[in-house]
Amino acid sequence: MSYIESKVGLMSTETMITARGLRKTFPAKGGPVEAVRGVDLDVEAGELVAFLGPNGAGKSTTLRMLTTLLPPSAGEAEVAGHSIAREPGEVRRRIGYIGQRSSASNSQRVRDELRSQGAFYGLGRRETRDRIDELLESLELVAVATRQVQSLSGGQRRRLDIALGLIHAPALLFLDEPSTGLDPHSRANLWQHILELRDRTGTTIFLTTHYLDEADQLAERVMVMDHGEIIADGTATALKRGLAGDTVTLGFETGEDARAAAVQIGGEASGQAVTFASDAGEHAVPQLLRQLDSAGLRAESAEYRRPTLDDVFLSLTGRSLREEGAAHGTIPDAAERPAVPTA
Amino acid sequence: MTDTISPSEKFIAPKPTSFVTDVASVVARELRPTLRDPFSLIFSLVQPLFFLGLFGPLLVATTDAPVEATLQWFVPGILVMVALFGTGSTGSNLLDDIMVGSHERTLVAPLSRSALLIGRALKEVVPLMAQGLIVVLVAVPFGFTISIPGLIVGLIILALFGIGFGALSYSLALAVEGREWMFWLVHQTVLFPLLILSGMLLPIDDGPGWMKVAAAINPIGYVLEAERALFAGDLASPAVLGGLVAASVITIVGLVIGTRGMRRAR
Ligand SMILES: Nc1ncnc2c1ncn2[C@@H]1O[C@H](COP(=O)(O)OP(=O)(O)OP(=O)(O)O)[C@@H](O)[C@H]1O
Ligand SMILES: [Mg+2]
Repeated sequence: MSYIESKVGLMSTETMITARGLRKTFPAKGGPVEAVRGVDLDVEAGELVAFLGPNGAGKSTTLRMLTTLLPPSAGEAEVAGHSIAREPGEVRRRIGYIGQRSSASNSQRVRDELRSQGAFYGLGRRETRDRIDELLESLELVAVATRQVQSLSGGQRRRLDIALGLIHAPALLFLDEPSTGLDPHSRANLWQHILELRDRTGTTIFLTTHYLDEADQLAERVMVMDHGEIIADGTATALKRGLAGDTVTLGFETGEDARAAAVQIGGEASGQAVTFASDAGEHAVPQLLRQLDSAGLRAESAEYRRPTLDDVFLSLTGRSLREEGAAHGTIPDAAERPAVPTA
Repeated sequence: MTDTISPSEKFIAPKPTSFVTDVASVVARELRPTLRDPFSLIFSLVQPLFFLGLFGPLLVATTDAPVEATLQWFVPGILVMVALFGTGSTGSNLLDDIMVGSHERTLVAPLSRSALLIGRALKEVVPLMAQGLIVVLVAVPFGFTISIPGLIVGLIILALFGIGFGALSYSLALAVEGREWMFWLVHQTVLFPLLILSGMLLPIDDGPGWMKVAAAINPIGYVLEAERALFAGDLASPAVLGGLVAASVITIVGLVIGTRGMRRAR
């Protein structure tokens, strides 16, 4: 950012993550595994980015490089203003990371592990205690605070991982499948907590998920990764619009009617149905019906379908993500959230 | 929101911690499970106490020496055994953390890699001292005598040895890359030869020549001889110096190898 820009206070132009040509090749028995093959990405401060992709796509490996855990085989990245290769210590002080696996040690007690984490980040005794109380409360872990980690349920464990990652309220938070293993209630709580944190402090959030609805509803920006490459990047809405558009399906009494209707509206007939591609199904349906009415054609049924991120993935790769795990749960709606301060 | 914030100040970071603070934080973390559940200390005492209680009487019976003299010779061996068993298996805690994922969390925290290892190794001193004192106190009613200065120096040497051997155990945990069986295989393969060749259970002097050679290069033998001299109250014995040197060498080697392993940890 230039001096002038900072003077006029262009807040959202602060770059949190820049990566160029990031690669990781693991040596393995059956030949080297190219886990990440040349990832370029830029994330601005305050963004909420979801990294979506099937198992083995290279999501965790990318995160592990960005969090200084793995040295890249090639390429470079700057995270929170510092190079991951030359200043890993500076990067680590500024980020939070919630890994795909567990963050807490089996032999420790819940509160003890949080205390250690506070000390690791150089928080004062009092500050740590206040943060712990706040996190235990909001992640509903108060009842298990003195329990040994070993005895926690999967979901409780995951919530503890999240508390550990948030102890120092980092400016940049990496989450690797944070909601896996959580029940709908806990997922909603988790998201509420993360979104509140973001609204309050403008934390940049970079997360991976298998849950399509999560990526769809929460993230302003979705990056789709497959076979170690980013194959799409944009808002969920833009990705869906760019690819498929809404599909309107009209049903008719006879195949003959359907074919006539198809000619009339410029759709595609198959059997007694006509499909029609549109940018906005909710506006297209009444309009199409009026048009057909005036041509003397009567539709028996009408429906439209919004494309999902799965359709995006399907159209990009020819494979479906759907089987990876269906998501259920209530998530605060992106549209209802207040705007996010970025500085 | 001011417009004078410099880019680096925008990404607020906690203030840097010093190396000593980092080590202290790691020691505190590693000690908590033991402090919360002190009875876990007994676990690594079971085996050595069996040796004391079951092997001891046999030793008394087979030698013609009086009980007190046998204890004076045997108890320092049990102390070293406690240190070997206790600190030798401590790497399994790190291995568990590596496999669970919590080690990865500490690697992302702004702690120096060496503090992660040194803190863990230093922590070994606390359980080891507690266990050492228990063994000594258990033996006293049976006629074992302690010289207080000897006890103090003896425990210092034992602590040094424990730090080094613990660090080596952590190094092994870092090297086996999650293969638990490999950790225990190496652990068992190394521990028993070291134990027997130190002359802990029976004197090596009566063994074959190759054994004496092997014993001569076993640093644990020197630690043991120092402990025996110290508990006999012979602080001026050259064996004490030998033990101190051997324990220091183990500590330095352990910390160097361990720190290198931790720096390479992924
Ligand atoms: N340490 C490693 N050694 C060898 N191969 C590895 C290693 N770590 C990851 N891989 C391989 O790299 C590829 C990418 O793995 P990664 O964990 O990044 O995928 P992912 O997108 O996070 O998948 P998931 O959704 O299952 O978590 C996989 O083929 C994996 O087997
Ligand atoms: Mg992963």
